[in-house]
Amino acid sequence: MTTLLESIQTAFADIAPSKAALDQAIATGLPDPRSEQWKYTSLRALSARRFAAPPATLATLDDATIQTVSAIPAPRIVFVNGIFDAANSTLSNLPDGLSIKTDVYFDKGIHFDNPHEIFAKLNAAVASQGLRINIEKNAAIDTCLHAVFVSVKAGQDLAIHFRHKIVLGENAKLNLVEHHVSQDPQQHLVNHLCEVSLAAGAELTHARIQQDDIGASHFLRTEASLLDKASYHRLDLELGAHLSRHDLQVNLLGDGATVNANGSLIAGGRRHVDTRLDIRHIAKNTSCNLFWRGLATERGRAVFHGGILIEKGADGAAAHLSNKNLLLSDNAEIDTQPVLVIHADEVTASHGATVGRLDAGHLFYLRARGIPETQAKAMLTHAFCKETLKVLASDELIDIVSPHLEKMLQTIEVTA
Amino acid sequence: MLKIENLHVRVAGKEILKGLSLEVKAGEVHAIMGPNGAGKSTLGNVLSGREGYEVVEGSVIYQGKNLLELEPEERAAEGVFLAFQYPVEIPGVNNTYFLRSALNAQKKYRGEAEIDSMQFLKLVREKLSVLHLKDELLHRAVNEGFSGGEKKRNEIFQLALLEPKLAILDETDSGLDIDALKAVADGVNLMRSPERAFLVITHYQRLLDYIKPDIVHVLADGRIVESGGPELALELEAHGYSWVKDRVTP
Repeated sequence: MTTLLESIQTAFADIAPSKAALDQAIATGLPDPRSEQWKYTSLRALSARRFAAPPATLATLDDATIQTVSAIPAPRIVFVNGIFDAANSTLSNLPDGLSIKTDVYFDKGIHFDNPHEIFAKLNAAVASQGLRINIEKNAAIDTCLHAVFVSVKAGQDLAIHFRHKIVLGENAKLNLVEHHVSQDPQQHLVNHLCEVSLAAGAELTHARIQQDDIGASHFLRTEASLLDKASYHRLDLELGAHLSRHDLQVNLLGDGATVNANGSLIAGGRRHVDTRLDIRHIAKNTSCNLFWRGLATERGRAVFHGGILIEKGADGAAAHLSNKNLLLSDNAEIDTQPVLVIHADEVTASHGATVGRLDAGHLFYLRARGIPETQAKAMLTHAFCKETLKVLASDELIDIVSPHLEKMLQTIEVTA
Repeated sequence: MLKIENLHVRVAGKEILKGLSLEVKAGEVHAIMGPNGAGKSTLGNVLSGREGYEVVEGSVIYQGKNLLELEPEERAAEGVFLAFQYPVEIPGVNNTYFLRSALNAQKKYRGEAEIDSMQFLKLVREKLSVLHLKDELLHRAVNEGFSGGEKKRNEIFQLALLEPKLAILDETDSGLDIDALKAVADGVNLMRSPERAFLVITHYQRLLDYIKPDIVHVLADGRIVESGGPELALELEAHGYSWVKDRVTP
């Protein structure tokens, strides 16, 4: 058994809600490095590390972090090292139709059987807190809800698990922004599992700003199910963590369901950023628009897998995937793999992936107007990475999200 | 203002300019005409500093400085402006942001005070109204989704905003209908001044009906083979470029 799994088994043996599930997950072991799902992301270094369970008591935030957190508008729900922080949350006067809970509801219907789904399995066994959002039928929530996940350094490296469930009733509407931040340099393992369930006509706009510490390992499995004419607009900004991996599965179960999922993977320093899409067109006239940008510089590595499956009978499906990448250093690496599998008739589908440098023609145009080379490169790089924000329909949301991306990009050295 | 002497330029190993000499004084409008492949665009590109143009012989002195030693952004800040034949679309870079960055970068280079967004907006409105342009161009990304005419007008708008000393117009008339052509020419004429020189590169005489040149040069096979007054353009139009070629070949 690996040190990683051994330490998790020991740490959670007495506190895991389901001891049997934990033992079963541990027995699965880590994925085979040669498996298709983990070929480009090595868990070797992580597998040799030890993690402890988070203390049951809430860690206190320092003044600077409290200031950062308070700057995030209300309504706001804050978790610190996996534990709900009522003092820093603002959940009074929630709009009608919106309810929030922080305990975990165990849905027996959801199983992770594949060996490559080890982190989701572990999560299902040990997570005891998370964000549970329920929006009543026909409730259109105008204000944006913010979820803040703060990591704080502890005596040991912690394994922090969250299990979230976001449920929107028929024709309900919600804007949700997730902020993942770190108070101190730390090397925790954070493992989120997020279920999204959208009833007919429901509309969820969901932005996630992942800015964990550069020492952290960050895992997320998202599993979304959409019924008739439901729409899911999603933005993932992968700006932090030493190692991050997001598996985004969207099941388009109802006729006319739509997912628009965009994301920017920013891999600087020695960061490894991996995103894996698994979009399943099951009902008729469903659509997906997937627009992803990757940037790798210094010794960074960005990995992208864009999987789209159009099942038999999902006639009239429209699937579009674009993944463009900027490789800005000789030591950086980008691996991109668009995969489109079609079993239905009358579908429109397109996919494209590119890896390149900045366009010489664009660069010359800016310089010929007097903009110095370094500034011109930065302008083009920022523009490239920010194109994904267009999935957010409102300027209000763009204004919330955009500064985080810009600030991160300012730290990126454009050397090539 | 600009003195080019015996300029030889290679592109991808092939000599395109073969001893071009040209002198332009402040306040003058020079037209460079010539057949396809004569080296017209190469001249514009080499003056503005595009990569891939290798100067093998000759010199370019601009306001007493060796222009060829300067980076493209330094040339721009020194007052050299190229209106592109094919302005590129740059997704994600807002036109207003781009223009202000360009103007302020030039000001910074020259040691002038940069202008804030309010002052800039005022300046933009002023230039737009003079050129009869709609301000919707400003809210879009640089040239993105612009029609051919809009792209060329945007070039002239940039010219008006950046107020260069030497403006090089590289086939600005290509692909324009008569209305767009007139609008572009009006913009250029508004910018004519005793301190500013223009180098108007064109294949057709048509543009010169609207932008009256002081001197017309014929560029053929990498050299200026004939120079004269505006009447030279009319002669070319009447006889075609083969007339020049016959005179070049001994």
